[in-house]
Amino acid sequence: MAFNIYDFTTLTKSIHEGLSSQFSPTATLAIEWTIVGLAYLLFVALFGLFLVYAERKVCAAFQQRMGPMRVGPWGLLQTIADFIKLLMKELITPKNADKFLYNLAPFIVIIVSFLVISVIPFAPGLVTFDFDIGILFVTAVSSVGVIGILLAGWSSNNKYSLIGAMRSGAQIVSYELSVGLSLIAMIILAGTMQISGIVEGQREMWFIFKGHIPAVIAFIVFIIAGTAETNRGPFDLAEAESELTAGFHTEYSGIKFAFFFLAEYINLFIVAAMATTVFLGGWMPLHFGDFEGFNQIMDLMPGLFWFFFKVLGVIFLMMWFKWTFPRLRVDQILNLEWKYLLPINLFNILLMAAVVLFGLHF
Amino acid sequence: MTNELLTTAIGQIEAEAETRQGAQYVETFVPFAKMHDFMLRLKEDVTLAFDYLICVSGVDHADHMQMVYHLESTLHNHMIVVKIKTDGRDNPAIDSVADIWPTAEFHEREAFDLLGIHFNNHPDLRRMFLDDNWGYPLRKDYKDDIHIVSR
Amino acid sequence: MDELKEVLITTDDIRTDEYLINMGPQHPSTHGVLRLLVQLEGEIVHNVQPHIGYIHSGIEKMTESLSYPQIGHLTDRMDYLSAHQNNEAVALCVENALQVEVPERVKYIRTIMSELSRLASHQLWWCVMGMDMGALTTFFYGLRDREDILDIFEETCGARLTVNYSIPGGLMFDIHPDFQRDVKAFIKKFRTKLPEYDRLLSGNVIFTERTKGVGILSKEDAIAYGVTGPTGRASGFACDLRKHRPYSAYDKVTFNEILSDVGDTYARYQVRMAEMWESMNIIEQLIDNIPEGDYAVKMKGVVKLPEGEFYQRVETARGEFGVFIVSDGKKNPYRVKFRSPGFSNLFAINHIAKGWKIADLVAIMSTFDLVIPDIDR
Repeated sequence: MAFNIYDFTTLTKSIHEGLSSQFSPTATLAIEWTIVGLAYLLFVALFGLFLVYAERKVCAAFQQRMGPMRVGPWGLLQTIADFIKLLMKELITPKNADKFLYNLAPFIVIIVSFLVISVIPFAPGLVTFDFDIGILFVTAVSSVGVIGILLAGWSSNNKYSLIGAMRSGAQIVSYELSVGLSLIAMIILAGTMQISGIVEGQREMWFIFKGHIPAVIAFIVFIIAGTAETNRGPFDLAEAESELTAGFHTEYSGIKFAFFFLAEYINLFIVAAMATTVFLGGWMPLHFGDFEGFNQIMDLMPGLFWFFFKVLGVIFLMMWFKWTFPRLRVDQILNLEWKYLLPINLFNILLMAAVVLFGLHF
Repeated sequence: MTNELLTTAIGQIEAEAETRQGAQYVETFVPFAKMHDFMLRLKEDVTLAFDYLICVSGVDHADHMQMVYHLESTLHNHMIVVKIKTDGRDNPAIDSVADIWPTAEFHEREAFDLLGIHFNNHPDLRRMFLDDNWGYPLRKDYKDDIHIVSR
Repeated sequence: MDELKEVLITTDDIRTDEYLINMGPQHPSTHGVLRLLVQLEGEIVHNVQPHIGYIHSGIEKMTESLSYPQIGHLTDRMDYLSAHQNNEAVALCVENALQVEVPERVKYIRTIMSELSRLASHQLWWCVMGMDMGALTTFFYGLRDREDILDIFEETCGARLTVNYSIPGGLMFDIHPDFQRDVKAFIKKFRTKLPEYDRLLSGNVIFTERTKGVGILSKEDAIAYGVTGPTGRASGFACDLRKHRPYSAYDKVTFNEILSDVGDTYARYQVRMAEMWESMNIIEQLIDNIPEGDYAVKMKGVVKLPEGEFYQRVETARGEFGVFIVSDGKKNPYRVKFRSPGFSNLFAINHIAKGWKIADLVAIMSTFDLVIPDIDR
């Protein structure tokens, strides 16, 4: 079937050829790295700003008020103003804090987020690294983020930070299991761990429709576990403002706090992007098998648009239940994972394997 | 129980209690030496059963301090006021009833804090609102040149 | 570490895996300036020591230099969420002492205002409870509906919070001409909004998991610690003064006393939610039948109570509020003691929070509904 979505490989190839005709291979490589690095920095900065603004507006809508309205038209420049304020704040280091670890922790957290973004395909051809063990890479690297949180809590020399970091560490380590296992269920359906392969495999139908029951179960478990991974929503007791001030990032101010803050929103984006890529088709438009006319209409919108449309939908869902539900207690969070989500996940993998083996999917 | 019956019942428990009818409730004066046993019997006597201690107030009179206990029985729905006079104002001391009604522990701490009445056998007698070396503000002879203007 | 010596727990008692943390006095969960010294082992609470006095204003000392009508002004600021009931307590105490009979109109209006005040207090309690639990949206929903009541107060009494409306002898002013219309419109609107509260919080699995079975206060403990109000009634302690010792117009209305015999956090929550329905029923029974008449009895210019001691009890949203006036016949009271419900309720928390986690301590604190100026006076 004709597939006329704009493929970014044409753009990247032309840039590459243009550069290599001008410079030596090493220099070309260096320049390309710089371009990619800057592009990601810009994306993270802008999208982070946008997400913070979106959260405040969505939260305000649920609470029947208007959110930021004064700084810029409809408050659009609010986050920029907030970040300028954060940059101008004094960086106070607590007296007996472990200086090296205290400074290192925010960097670990933000570097991990960048690493994971690098494997997500935004559009055909618009992806930096395309391993054939892409999903494994994502789960492996995202587990390094917990080190940053534990370091932050420990090195702050503050009881509250320590309690918050311990709670958070236990929570993240537990929920990584659920995230990994629900992704495994989808890998069984896709047959490959390579992320671009997974997206290609959804050309006929998104996996959430293709895998019907096990895919829906895996999606729900992934969303729950993903929210817990990012310390958001009903699982945010590490930063429970009503209980213990601000958890592991109590002692951070200024740009370092901005890193934690930004990393939380980028992690939100990552969870939504992974959900989109694996369950909802990534940049693939909504196709239904052989309905040529329908598929042609769906192809009219570019892949980039489809990707962000789906990601923003999942992000809205996660914001929705953050602002509605009360938060869970720490033992209830761990109970939920070890007693409920883990057995459901394991059962779901078996179910998916059966579905794939007997060809029961669409 | 009606007020007359209450008066008789109290007279039976403690001979030295002087009971009279106040403006609203029956008021009983008990000497402070007999106070703890009297309170215990007020609570444990089945016909009286004063199990709910409503309010504990301290009052500073010219030559003595007075503790006023408002008690109610949740079973029989009657109320009584027990008043204890301390011996003088210089070092007033009364037995604590915190072992009879747990809530008294904190009301007595408040009386100690604001009036300086000492409670014997109190589990944890320390000041509640004010610093350790503040005076006793609710006493009538309390002087504070900074915060209080005397005319 | 000197302060460790002054609490019940000494440094010898603390094992090495226990630690002390401070919740407050500046607190993100807006209970007021209360400091809780919590002895923890990991997440489990072993001991909770409240330290109060941060907002002690010496109200009882101040009353000794004020006249009897002026005492009412101070009571607004103690339990500011039950300002009408506090004012009513002082007014009733003085009126009973002077054997003054107020007109029926005054009694009806006082009761309606008390019930509106109770509704407003419970709305604020609900929104702060949700916020403490983490459902931040409830804060806005509760306050949105509370604004209507505060507008009614402002219309008639002149102030939203510190109303100072009931005075010895009657009321400060007559009700606003729009009062009945506004109250009826509010009741009609709130009857549709209150089920929304239930849908948002009461039926939520996360909420019930965090509150059912947590922090059980038995009936004997409630009576022993003097815990009154919805907190006490959730433990089975039938202490509703509106039912057992009626004052103002409470003997003319029919309503239920909400009791529960479970005594956990969820029961305390449900008792308050049910009380909101009952308050609306009471207001509806009275609002159309306010008798005509004066809004105050003419009192002497200088009010002097006869010598003696007078005690008046009213039911505020938090529990039993008492005013104890010792009079020596002069124009200023000799001694006034306010029996505040929060004071007795607060000290029961140590008893019931042992063995629960920090998150449960927050849940228990929010269902006790404490207003700290009421405790500190």
